[in-house]
Amino acid sequence: MNNLTSPKIAELDSESLSLESVSLWQITWNRLFRRKSSLVGMGIILLLVLIALTAPWIAPYDPLQVLIGIENVKVRQAPCIHLLGCPSDQPQHLMGIDGNVRDQFSRLLYGTRLSLIVGFSTVTFAIVVGTVLGALGGYFGGWIDNAIMRIMDVLLAFPSLLLAIAIVTVLGPGLINALLAIGIVSIPAYARVVRASVLSIREMDYVSATRALGGNTNQILFGRILPNALTPLIVQGTLGIATAILDAAALSFLGLGAQPPTPEWGSMLGTERNQVFTAPHLVFFPGFAIMLTVLAFNLLGDGLRDALDPRLAHVSK
Amino acid sequence: MMLQYILRRLLAAIPVLLGILLVTFALARMIPGDPCRALLGEKATQETCERFMREKGLDKPIYQQFLIYIQDIARGDFGNSIRFSQPVTRILVERLPTTVELSFAALFVSILVGIPLGILSAVRHNSWVDVVTMIWANIGVSMPVFWLGLMLAYVFSLLLRDTPFWLPPSGRVSPGTDTTAFYIAWNLTLPESGLWRGLAEFVSRLNILNALLTGNWELLRIAVRHLILPAVALGTIPMALIARMTRSSMLEVLGQDYIRTARAKGVRYSEVILNHAFRNALLPIVTVLGLSLGTLLGGAVLTETIFGLSGVGRTLYDAITARDYAVVQGFTVVIAIFFVVLNLIVDISYAYIDPRIRLN
Repeated sequence: MNNLTSPKIAELDSESLSLESVSLWQITWNRLFRRKSSLVGMGIILLLVLIALTAPWIAPYDPLQVLIGIENVKVRQAPCIHLLGCPSDQPQHLMGIDGNVRDQFSRLLYGTRLSLIVGFSTVTFAIVVGTVLGALGGYFGGWIDNAIMRIMDVLLAFPSLLLAIAIVTVLGPGLINALLAIGIVSIPAYARVVRASVLSIREMDYVSATRALGGNTNQILFGRILPNALTPLIVQGTLGIATAILDAAALSFLGLGAQPPTPEWGSMLGTERNQVFTAPHLVFFPGFAIMLTVLAFNLLGDGLRDALDPRLAHVSK
Repeated sequence: MMLQYILRRLLAAIPVLLGILLVTFALARMIPGDPCRALLGEKATQETCERFMREKGLDKPIYQQFLIYIQDIARGDFGNSIRFSQPVTRILVERLPTTVELSFAALFVSILVGIPLGILSAVRHNSWVDVVTMIWANIGVSMPVFWLGLMLAYVFSLLLRDTPFWLPPSGRVSPGTDTTAFYIAWNLTLPESGLWRGLAEFVSRLNILNALLTGNWELLRIAVRHLILPAVALGTIPMALIARMTRSSMLEVLGQDYIRTARAKGVRYSEVILNHAFRNALLPIVTVLGLSLGTLLGGAVLTETIFGLSGVGRTLYDAITARDYAVVQGFTVVIAIFFVVLNLIVDISYAYIDPRIRLN
């Protein structure tokens, strides 16, 4: 019986699923494009990805190269831009020279890579762990759910940056450990989102149907429930990238994340923070870059939330 | 009914508090290094260390150590700091007021600006006010606190240094300011130590409150001027969150039938907005306020670092880097408990605002 029916179900299902997912994405895409703010967000992200990919070609200098003896530049020299009247016999440094006589513009371009990697990797980690925990809790209920959600409550009871600082202290300062700490701290948000969706989807008719047709736990959870719980996760994930980049920059600013001479925006800002009155360009540019990146992911996340919200369905018609 | 609700919420907070204690205990135990040599110095001999471990109960099984730890905390004993050779509670009494004052000022700024802006942009939906407010709010949400703080200091302490807009870039008061505590000004006789003494010292270190209590207007002026930049830096993210939430929540409520009814009855527009719409839009706003508290306490570490304030956040960070375990444990626990209590207050205020919650 089971052998006879299951291929048909699979066939039917894959057809309906692909149809549904295509239309959903199309609607989402259309709605995203209609919003100016999400367009701006996507534009900035695209630009950042381009910069990250082409950094070695567009950066005028090596980000780690100390320019003493190579060029006639001073420590923390202000930006020199030929178009804005800087004498052409001086070497051009769009964002000036940092405390170790390196070209700040090149360091900033390379920093894009690290920020994007930080955002995506911590969120991926948190989504994977959070989804597994949330799905287990939501699907099985009972003591498993209770135990998982109480642990999540405790994690949420600490201000996230403080917990991340404490975890980095235990693991030791460094970029990888900072990523791990931020990842751990953001798990509860995803676990909660997934659990809530699983709880509501678990009772849907199509899930009962799969169960009645003899589908096992794996098929039900990974084939039926989780794909349908994806929407809130995408929104949460996009906004999560913004938070992760901000928190990672804060940890590096405090000296617990990326270590010098790594070109990381938070760490660049942190090492030069006492020079804000004498060399403001060393503080302004890295901070502005952090703000712009976080803003882009926030705009896209907000746009996605509105675009994927079924209550706003009429807008797309 | 209300009392029952509060009791139920209090009971629900107990397992979370125990979890917090367990996590801080575990994290502190996992910090690399030997507690004996960290406390007594690298040159401590084997015998001194063994005696030390026995005295502190560190030779007992781990679950017994945890019980001792809980007992100590219940008695208000967080141990002694190695760096300051002082009880942790003493350091808390000294440092907590800075953070409390800063957090409240930041929250005050964010509510004072965020809510009116949110209401205005909902009422003038799609106008230029709305567009500008939302662009500004999106930027505010994405702002790195540490960068904003440094930039504010650059503008207000350096660029505007010879204007009336100049603001001090660091510290809580100018050197030489009279900060006589209210209990001294009032000639109160307090015991040398104990709860009342601690409480009085705590209050007297809240500069603004102390200035009001003693009528010291010079102190009030100086303390407020020192507080503006850090409070604005720390308050910007919550301010932007509150403005956004107020706007969307107001927009939702303004479309309801009862608003139209009130307007049709001839109720004045300002009254409809404030009494009919805003009250019903308050619940999500309070939620955002609750969520902002975590950002606020985390951001306090960064803000205090930039503005040279020795508050809880900065002290905790210094203690972590100096492996001052007792301070790390004590401060983390106090901050987490503070956080839980604030969230409890937010939950209770839900029930106060929305009767459906407490009746459920």
